[in-house]
Amino acid sequence: MRTAPAERIATVTAGVAELRYQEGVLLAALSGDWSIEQPTPRFESVLAQDANSRGTVRALTFDATRLGSWDSSLLVFLEQAQAYCEAQRIEMDRSALPEQVTRLLTLSRAVPERDASEDQQAKAPAIARLGGAALSTWSNVKSSITFAGEITLAVAQLPRRKVRMRWREFWVVVQSNSSGAIPIVTLIALLVGVIIAFLGVVVLERFGAGYYASYLVGFGMLREMGALMTGIIMAGRTGAGFAAELGSMKITEEIDAFVTLGISPVEHLVVPRILGIFFMMPLLTLYADFVGVLGGMAVAVSLLDLSAKQFLGGMLSAVTLIDALLGVFKGLVFGAVIGFSGCLKGLQTGSDAGAVGRAATSAVVLGITLIILANAVIDWLAALLKI
Amino acid sequence: MNAAELPAIEVRNLTMQYGDLVIMNDLNFSIERGEVFVIMGGSGSGKSTLLKHLIGLKPPAQGTILFDGEDFTTADETHRKDVLRRMGVLYQNGALWSGLTLTENVSLPLEEFTTLDARSIAEVVSLKLALVGLRGFEEFYPAAISGGMRKRAALARAIALDPEVLFLDEPSSGLDPISASRLDDLIVEIKASFGTTIVVVTHDLESIFRIADRALFLDITEKTMTALGNPAELRDNPPSEEVHRFLTRSSEGLS
Repeated sequence: MRTAPAERIATVTAGVAELRYQEGVLLAALSGDWSIEQPTPRFESVLAQDANSRGTVRALTFDATRLGSWDSSLLVFLEQAQAYCEAQRIEMDRSALPEQVTRLLTLSRAVPERDASEDQQAKAPAIARLGGAALSTWSNVKSSITFAGEITLAVAQLPRRKVRMRWREFWVVVQSNSSGAIPIVTLIALLVGVIIAFLGVVVLERFGAGYYASYLVGFGMLREMGALMTGIIMAGRTGAGFAAELGSMKITEEIDAFVTLGISPVEHLVVPRILGIFFMMPLLTLYADFVGVLGGMAVAVSLLDLSAKQFLGGMLSAVTLIDALLGVFKGLVFGAVIGFSGCLKGLQTGSDAGAVGRAATSAVVLGITLIILANAVIDWLAALLKI
Repeated sequence: MNAAELPAIEVRNLTMQYGDLVIMNDLNFSIERGEVFVIMGGSGSGKSTLLKHLIGLKPPAQGTILFDGEDFTTADETHRKDVLRRMGVLYQNGALWSGLTLTENVSLPLEEFTTLDARSIAEVVSLKLALVGLRGFEEFYPAAISGGMRKRAALARAIALDPEVLFLDEPSSGLDPISASRLDDLIVEIKASFGTTIVVVTHDLESIFRIADRALFLDITEKTMTALGNPAELRDNPPSEEVHRFLTRSSEGLS
C-alpha cells in the first residue's frame, strides 16, 4: 500500500511532523516518508514541544506539500490528532491532506464504535462468586446425571429395538479397543506384574516367605492392578479419543446436523462408543491379568529357587475365581466410566480450536478420577461383603 | 528498468499439477500495479490453486511466477520472507486463529514483522479494525461474531502490514448480499486509497462486474485461460461460448 514502492528504495527519509502556531491556528507540517516499519512521531510528543509559547488553539490545519510516501502510520498519527481535537473541542481542518488520506479517515469513522460497556460486568463480591461457582458446579453435576440417564434409557431400550444404534460404529470401537490396544496393554501389564513380583520378593524374602510372592502377584493382578492399569491406559487412549472425536464433530456442527434430523446423538454416537468400550474392558482386563501374572512369574522364578509349576500352584491355592471375577467386574465399571466421561466432555466442547484439546484433557482427568474413586468404592464394598 | 514500471506479478508459461494430474496449462498473464485483477472460472477450474501458486504455497510444475520482476519461489529464505511480508492474504474461510481475539489476530503480523512498540501496534490494529467497520469488537473471539464480520476481520489482518498486493480467495462466499456488497465497497476503497494491487478469486458475477479492472477466465475443459480483459467487455464480446455462459449466467450457448 506504499504509494510509490520505487521511491521507497531510492530515498527513505523518516516521517516528520512539525507544529507551527499562528494566531490561534496550529499548522502541522508533514514531511518525509511515513512507514510502519520505522518509528514515526506521535501527536502528543510533537504537541508537547514548545507548548508554552502558544496561545489558545482554535483550529488545527495541515501542510502536506512535502509529504513523501505514506501508509497506516500516517493514519495512526492523524487519528491521534483527531482524538486530541475532539477532546479539546478544536476544529480539525483536513482539507490540505491528500484525498486518499481523508477518505480512509472517513471510512474508519464510518461505523460508529460499538458500545462495549454492556460487556463489562462489575466484579461481583466474593460471596456472589462463591455462590456462582457452587451453582455452576451443581448444574454441571445435573447435566452429567441427565446425560447418564439418557444413556441408560437408550441402552435399556436397545433390546426392544426402539433405539436405532449404528452397529458399524460399535464394531469400530471394538476393533480399536482390541487389536489396537493390545500392544500398550501388554507392555504395561507385563511391567506391572514384574514390579509387583519384585516388591513381593524383596519384602517377603526378609521373612523367608519369598514363596508367597506368588500370592501377591495373583491377588495384586487379578483383584486390583489388572483392571486399574487397563482402565487408566484406556482412559488416556480411548476416553481422550472419544472426547476429541465428538468435540471436532461439535465444532463442525455435525452434532447439530444429527439433532436437526431428529436423530439423537446419544443413541447414534454415544451408545455405540460406550457399549464398545464397556464390552472390551473386561476382556482387556482378563488379558492384562494373564500377561501380568506371566511377568510376575518370570521375575519370581528367576530370583527365587522356584519353578514355574510351583509358582502357579502356590498362586492357584490362594486366589479363587471370585478374585478374577471381581477384576472383570471392575473392568466393566471402568469401561462405562471411560465411555461416559469421554463422550460427556466431547459433547460439552466449546467452539474454538483449543476447545477440543481441553475436552480431551478433561475427559482423561475425569475418567481417571472416576476410575480411582470407583475402585475404592468397589474394594470397600468387597471388604464389607467379604468377597 | 524502474521497479514502478514492472507489473506487480507476471506469470509465464505456468503449468499447475496435482501429482500427475494437470489442472491448468500454459498460463501467461501479468497483473498491473494498483488494479483489481479477478481470477474467475467454474468450480474446480483451479482458481484457488492458481492463487496458491501466486502466493507461493504451491511451487509451479512448470513455468515461472515473477513478483516485482523476481522469481521468489527460487529465492533464498530471507528474500522470500521479505516478499511474503509485502503480500496480504484473505483465505476462503477467513482462517482467523480461533484461540486469539480480533486484536490479537491483527497484532500478530505486526509483532512479527515490525519493530513497533505495543502501544503503536494497538493503535494500528484499532485503525485497521475501524477501516473494516469493526470498531468496538477488538476483544471478541472469532467464534463470537458473524460470518460477515469474520471475513472483514480477516481482511483487517490481511491489510495489517499495508501489503502492496492483497490476495482475496472467494471473499463473498457465504455472505449475505448486503455484507458481500459492503465487502466489495471496501475492496474498491482499499484500492483507491492505498493504491494496493488486489487479486481476487471469485465466481460471484455481481462482484466481478463491480470490482474488477481486468479478469482472467480459467476454462476447465480447455485446461487453460481462455479470456483476459475487462469483464464487461468480455461479456459483450465473449471470446468463447464458455465465457459467454459464465458471464451471462446462462446454460445455453451463443445463438
